[in-house]
Amino acid sequence: MMALSGLDIFKLLPKTNCGDCGVPTCMAFAMKLAQKKAELSECPHASEDAASAIGAASEPPIRLVKIGGGSAFEAGNETVMFRHEKTFFHPTGIAIQLRTTEAKELLSKKIKEVEDYSVERVGEELKADLFFITHDSDSSEDLLSTIQLAKQNSSKGIILDCPEENTLRAALEMLANDRPAIFNRKEPSEQIVSLVRESGASLVLTSPSLDDLVSQSQKIREAGVNSIILNLESHNSIDQLQHNTFIRRSALKNNFKPLGYPILKFIRGNSPYDNLADAALLTCKYSSIVVLPEYDKAQLFTLLTLRQSIYTDPQKPIQVDAKVYPIGDPTPDSPVFVTTNFSLTYFIVSGEIENSGISAHLLIVDTEGQSVLTAWAAGKFVGEKIAKFIKDVNLEEEVKTRKIVIPGLVSQISGDLEENLAGWEVIVGCQEASDIPSFIKSVDLT
Amino acid sequence: MTFDIPKEVNSHKVLEITVGATTEQGGTRSHTIQVGGSAALPFHFFEGELPNKPAVAMEVFDVLPSRYPDYLKAYYQDVIDNPGDMAKKCVDEYGAELISVRLEGTHPEKGNRSAEEAVETVQQVLESVSVPIIITGHSHFEKINAVMKKVCEATAGENCLINFVETDNYKTIAAACIAYHHTLVAQSPIDLNLAKQLNILLTDMSFPPEQIVMDPLTGTLGYGLEYTYSIMERIRTDGLGGDKMLAFPMLVNSGYESFRVKETRTPEEENPAWGNLESRGAYWETGTAMSLLAAGADLLIMYHPQAVETVKKKLEQAFKTETGE
Repeated sequence: MMALSGLDIFKLLPKTNCGDCGVPTCMAFAMKLAQKKAELSECPHASEDAASAIGAASEPPIRLVKIGGGSAFEAGNETVMFRHEKTFFHPTGIAIQLRTTEAKELLSKKIKEVEDYSVERVGEELKADLFFITHDSDSSEDLLSTIQLAKQNSSKGIILDCPEENTLRAALEMLANDRPAIFNRKEPSEQIVSLVRESGASLVLTSPSLDDLVSQSQKIREAGVNSIILNLESHNSIDQLQHNTFIRRSALKNNFKPLGYPILKFIRGNSPYDNLADAALLTCKYSSIVVLPEYDKAQLFTLLTLRQSIYTDPQKPIQVDAKVYPIGDPTPDSPVFVTTNFSLTYFIVSGEIENSGISAHLLIVDTEGQSVLTAWAAGKFVGEKIAKFIKDVNLEEEVKTRKIVIPGLVSQISGDLEENLAGWEVIVGCQEASDIPSFIKSVDLT
Repeated sequence: MTFDIPKEVNSHKVLEITVGATTEQGGTRSHTIQVGGSAALPFHFFEGELPNKPAVAMEVFDVLPSRYPDYLKAYYQDVIDNPGDMAKKCVDEYGAELISVRLEGTHPEKGNRSAEEAVETVQQVLESVSVPIIITGHSHFEKINAVMKKVCEATAGENCLINFVETDNYKTIAAACIAYHHTLVAQSPIDLNLAKQLNILLTDMSFPPEQIVMDPLTGTLGYGLEYTYSIMERIRTDGLGGDKMLAFPMLVNSGYESFRVKETRTPEEENPAWGNLESRGAYWETGTAMSLLAAGADLLIMYHPQAVETVKKKLEQAFKTETGE
């Protein structure tokens, strides 16, 4: 869409075939530029017009912005409006707010808890990403000691909300190597802009008006700062969804540079339930960072689970590890159920066995994330493969039972499986997972 | 510099479906509820008309599901075994805009209640509340066909939303809906083409399109939302783009789906990172509902009163500002 073709670039070059760039012809050089294998600066004769046209084309429509040192949090670089068009690349960052008026012991405890918070889901460790430090105390010491606590106890990136310039200067010195983001409640002064330019931080621009936000962004870009995050304040989250849509659409469809940046949303509802609702909606619709005013494990778990779904690549099914999963409290006599490692299959089947009230061993076979019928058709979920996996995981030594339930959709593999699995009774299960509880009641699995 | 809002105006819109019928219309409801009718993507007020706020229904039961959590039971106390009283509480106290009566107890393995008993339950609810009614069944074809036929007949003219038929079992119930004037949910398993196919089958038997609501069978958070979210978005974009067989309002069962998974039922002690169980239940359903509203849901059947309150408040805020009330 935005990328120039080799031919487009060729038209902008001197067409002298002088070879000064190290490539024999301008056309060949243009092709290398288009493939991003060369840079325009290698051509000593390129005009300024060519430089600006090619430069702008190579800039991504939504700029990548990093917060934090080391393995920094990244936002931006998105390329589509809908995840089914390709995928969303950078999951919405979850920032937990810390206020400098909070008691130090509480802050320290909260920072440690957020740092340690992690929940596993389909092989991924889900965590919060950032701290948002609001300086609402009168003493600059409180901000510096809060930053100190965050630095000591956590490696997460920091967004600083400090309206007082001298204090901010001191804070930025402490964070010299930590690439923070500076949150501005109003248009930043020239001093702040130059501070940011020196420190490598990024700037969060805030305004209730889209026109004003555009003009702020243009000014900051002209001042040479390109690490920008947009905070367009809205009345409610549905209003925000529309604003976020304007911003992303302008960036992607119109290549409108002043709005080609990630979006931050400070969530401030009337209750934690409100906050979750807003954060959920905006995780789906284009906020790159959401700031939560509270640390609430149940809220975080819910939001992290949603975020994982929305930011999963639709082309690649989520897979769970191939192994034996205990359902309930299985003994060696509990029956074995087998299905594929497509995450949805795993979750639904394990949930339904659990709902039946019995304990069981759930054998998950690697089918590269394919569902039962697809995997069977592709030869990945057939008797021979399942039998081999049972041997590989030493299931025959782990359990005493010799009863294995296969999905009803692939009843045709039962003979094959029995042949490959001497001594086992293969039971054909139901076709729909939701019928598992009644199926279990109807057969003898002991 | 002034900024031009980039608009994308659609040439088509989603059908508007009416649920319920007043006395003048042959039913007994105090009012009807309209769902759908959107000419733009969800909440895109700036580029097309969204005439109807997504509606929030709540569910009552002939037989309470065995997995229904205790923290939800606590909201209903003494009325939980009486679908009529529970429906009244949902409407009067928790703001339900419609009531779904789930007839799970008619399933041969879950109580095997008779069609006559089902009719009694539905009539009890119709008498207790004046809002439009959804009647929700199950997948035991033989039994549910018999039950729905009787229920449709007994409630003739009420324009209930009969929930649901699927590709392998649509003719009997669809015919009963035509005969007794009810609206119908066409359910298909997380697949755009199957959803479309069922709508074609229904319209081929002269089922009126303005009486179809789609259920693309969405689960809850963590249970395939990565699929269902995108299927719903694609159905809606294709519907607005002119595919008439996808231009129907969409139903989401956020309550039923959310409260049968371990994430809403496991106590905090067993999994500390999951946090407080009761608020988690409300968060889980709220998160499911909000994300699927963003994907195109027009009608939600919800369970948790806190989630209902939260979601309704969001919708009311948005639709109030936009219609300038």
